[in-house]
Amino acid sequence: MSKTSAPEKKKGKWSRRAFIGAGLVTGGALVVGVAIRSGKPSARLQKLVANGDEEVLMNSFVKIDADNIVTAVVPHVEMGQGSQTVLAQMLADEMDANWEDVRILEAPGDSAYVSKDIGREFRMPDLKVPEILEPTLDGALFQIANMIGLQITGGSFSIRGTGQRGMRTAGAAARQMLVGAAAATWGVPDNEVNISNGIISHKDTGKRAKFGAFASAAAEQPLPALPKLKTPDQFALMGKPIKRHDIPAKVDGSAIFGIDAQIAGQKLSYAAVKAPPVVGAAITAIDADAAKEMPGVQQILNMGDFVAVIANGYWQAQQALNTIGMTYSDTEGDTLDAEAVFARYAKALDEAGDSGGDVETESGDANANFAKAAKKVSAEYRAPFLAHATMEPQNCTAWLRPDGICEVYAGSQSPLKARQAAADTLGIDMEQVQYNNTYLGGGFGRRAEVDNVIMAVRIAKATGYPVKLIWSREEDTAQDFYRPSATSRFQAGIDDKGAVISWNNIHTHLFDPQEAPQVPYYDIPNNMVRKVEVPMHLRFGPWRSVDHSQHAFFIESFMDEVAAQAGQDPYKLRRKLLAKSPRHVAVLDKAAQMAGWGRALPKGKGLGIAFVPSFGSIVAEVAEVDLTGTKPRVTKVWCCADPGYAMNRDGFIAQMESGIIYGLTAAMYGEITLKKGAVQQSNFHDYKMLRMDEAPEIFVEIINGDAERLGGAGEPGLPPLAPAVTNAIYAASGKRIRELPLSKHKLV
Amino acid sequence: MVQTTVNGKPVTLDVDPATPILWAVREQLDMTGTKFGCGIAQCGACTVHLDGKPVRSCSTPVSAADGKAITTVEGLAAADGTLSALQQAWIDVQVPQCGYCQSGQLMTATALLRDNPRPSDSDIDAAMRGNVCRCGMYGRIRKAIKIAAGIEQADDADAQGASA
Repeated sequence: MSKTSAPEKKKGKWSRRAFIGAGLVTGGALVVGVAIRSGKPSARLQKLVANGDEEVLMNSFVKIDADNIVTAVVPHVEMGQGSQTVLAQMLADEMDANWEDVRILEAPGDSAYVSKDIGREFRMPDLKVPEILEPTLDGALFQIANMIGLQITGGSFSIRGTGQRGMRTAGAAARQMLVGAAAATWGVPDNEVNISNGIISHKDTGKRAKFGAFASAAAEQPLPALPKLKTPDQFALMGKPIKRHDIPAKVDGSAIFGIDAQIAGQKLSYAAVKAPPVVGAAITAIDADAAKEMPGVQQILNMGDFVAVIANGYWQAQQALNTIGMTYSDTEGDTLDAEAVFARYAKALDEAGDSGGDVETESGDANANFAKAAKKVSAEYRAPFLAHATMEPQNCTAWLRPDGICEVYAGSQSPLKARQAAADTLGIDMEQVQYNNTYLGGGFGRRAEVDNVIMAVRIAKATGYPVKLIWSREEDTAQDFYRPSATSRFQAGIDDKGAVISWNNIHTHLFDPQEAPQVPYYDIPNNMVRKVEVPMHLRFGPWRSVDHSQHAFFIESFMDEVAAQAGQDPYKLRRKLLAKSPRHVAVLDKAAQMAGWGRALPKGKGLGIAFVPSFGSIVAEVAEVDLTGTKPRVTKVWCCADPGYAMNRDGFIAQMESGIIYGLTAAMYGEITLKKGAVQQSNFHDYKMLRMDEAPEIFVEIINGDAERLGGAGEPGLPPLAPAVTNAIYAASGKRIRELPLSKHKLV
Repeated sequence: MVQTTVNGKPVTLDVDPATPILWAVREQLDMTGTKFGCGIAQCGACTVHLDGKPVRSCSTPVSAADGKAITTVEGLAAADGTLSALQQAWIDVQVPQCGYCQSGQLMTATALLRDNPRPSDSDIDAAMRGNVCRCGMYGRIRKAIKIAAGIEQADDADAQGASA
């Protein structure tokens, strides 16, 4: 559980892009933070952190105490992506701290830690504005971020946003202030004071001290407006495969996840819940006669949109819940089955035709050039609904205490949103919610939602005693915020010299990020991308790599079809279309070289390639498939990624490996289907997971192509995987896969 | 009343004998290292040893443990806290991501190496395929098992720790 004391602010100085705030906390620790100018901060936030009207929010900071311990306060949660360690690594490197003395503290769910940068990076990754407009833009985006309660860990953002802009600046500022304090005390010039590995020293006088000796004095130093950051040749910790701080607790059973939360001194009761199978239906009646009599049952609650059984154990609660009969109201979604969903998409796409729908991108004249093309290629692709299936089912522990304070325990990607949701649900002030975030047993976007928290506090309000809510796997599968299914149609024209002259795409739905269906990196002169909105009763949410998860499959499969029709090698055609960007070409070339692209393979085996820049990282993958056995197998995957600069090399590689397996699981098996509006899948027997014996060997290479501008890690490894695999199936068999998952197709 | 031992300590569990071991251990003994994943023995997150044999504790009633010994992830390290070779390899190879499945992975791998100290790749597949890792760390799990078994050595990068 995270805990921190609010810093007592001392001085602040606003610069054009950011100002550094510093102050003392009790115990004489130096606290340095990075604050961003905002438009109109709320009175509460103003009181919390501001020195004046223009100075506002800390988004990250560091503490140094008298024992030389450097604590990095990290505003992102740990769900396996390892960013807490890397954020501390970035901060400590800029400070030249001794890594052994560095501790990590997860920031509390408080708007003081709102990741303002996420608004900017996630929504407008390549936006360039004149410097003079930066404060306005930051302010505007901060307002958006704050309004929707973003203190989110997502969008592959932590390192490239918070780390690069926040933690490094905070570390560099702390270093500069320590240098200034030491120089003043020792009576030597600042530029003669050195810091290395946590030791402050002056060569000529032989003076040496640790950070703690100057922590208090450093807090009195003038505040550097824009402290100088290291260049890659100066990195001591950044780029190194430093081991994650959370791993030791994950091998001995001591790591606390949401489902493990306890409330000190309190005996918990347990809630099992069931919602109507069709989202949006209301419960009209329940038959709980049998459940009432079952052992351990304390209360049965009909909450209107779900039923909860509270018992003295989870299993007892679930057993009782399983006996309860329910009837539900009718909804508009009741008639929808799996095929009807795609029929609905087809109708909308048919109506939009070659040029209708909402135009997202248009350059040149795609239709005219398609009409005159020497070769024409058209295809339609489909991707299904997907559940997140985090290993840890949704859960939350809540207690509305007699004194009006609500204690909440959960593992959330958005602690602040969770805290706000608890307060709103109870109609109390956010200050009355004590929100405690834990480790997350998988996030992948699912835990950016706070439905578990809302449910738990409603139960807490109804019971008055502490309750741990745990969803069954069946409930977790059937009541998700799904990755949307989608249909995408393409037309491409090839001229008589083999050049791709037109690209026309229309697809259903667009969630985020906006650039997911776009192909600006491919040099195609006439390009049009459009969408149609098709309403659906299911709840949708971000799913690892969000819309890149569907569109990468669509785009890169179609690119392979274009290459085949043009009679060109799919790697070489992509290379030609990427020629204007050497950085992109380098990634594609490396992946091809790693895989031995072009080598002869025995019958039934094939290689497929795909290339997808996403979340600021450029990734190419080559998959090798083997269709000679009793079931299709992906035997090897080669991945080359350019994330700008991999701040923790092994951590970055681990994220590529993870994205590849998550993507392959979906490509092989992932499919949520509807029958009469209700999700048909329930557990791992019918929503299958890739297992050890099916996992390919994975090879990852990293190119550090631009240390100034970092890309993400958690998501970019996923999008190229599915099309690399389906393109490899085409190479191996001539069979073109236009609909996922692969389990729908007979391949061997 | 069920009489059993958990990690060597005698325990009396005063619960409905049909209660799965998983929930008795977590809720009666407050030992939360053993995890709930699916409830139907499909994912392996709840794996514990019963008299040394790996079982899915979500689907094994406490009555089955009467007079027997339960070992959980909390019992893998030595009494002085020294990690088992597998736990150490798990750290050296940086196996866990979210970490939620890893108790079960370690319990299954521990039983594998005890019965088969030098497993082949297909032995590892056969033993481990019942344990889902949603973060997809299968390659690292395989490598860590081989390092713990002395079949492979840790890379230089794997051995780099906090002093990197």
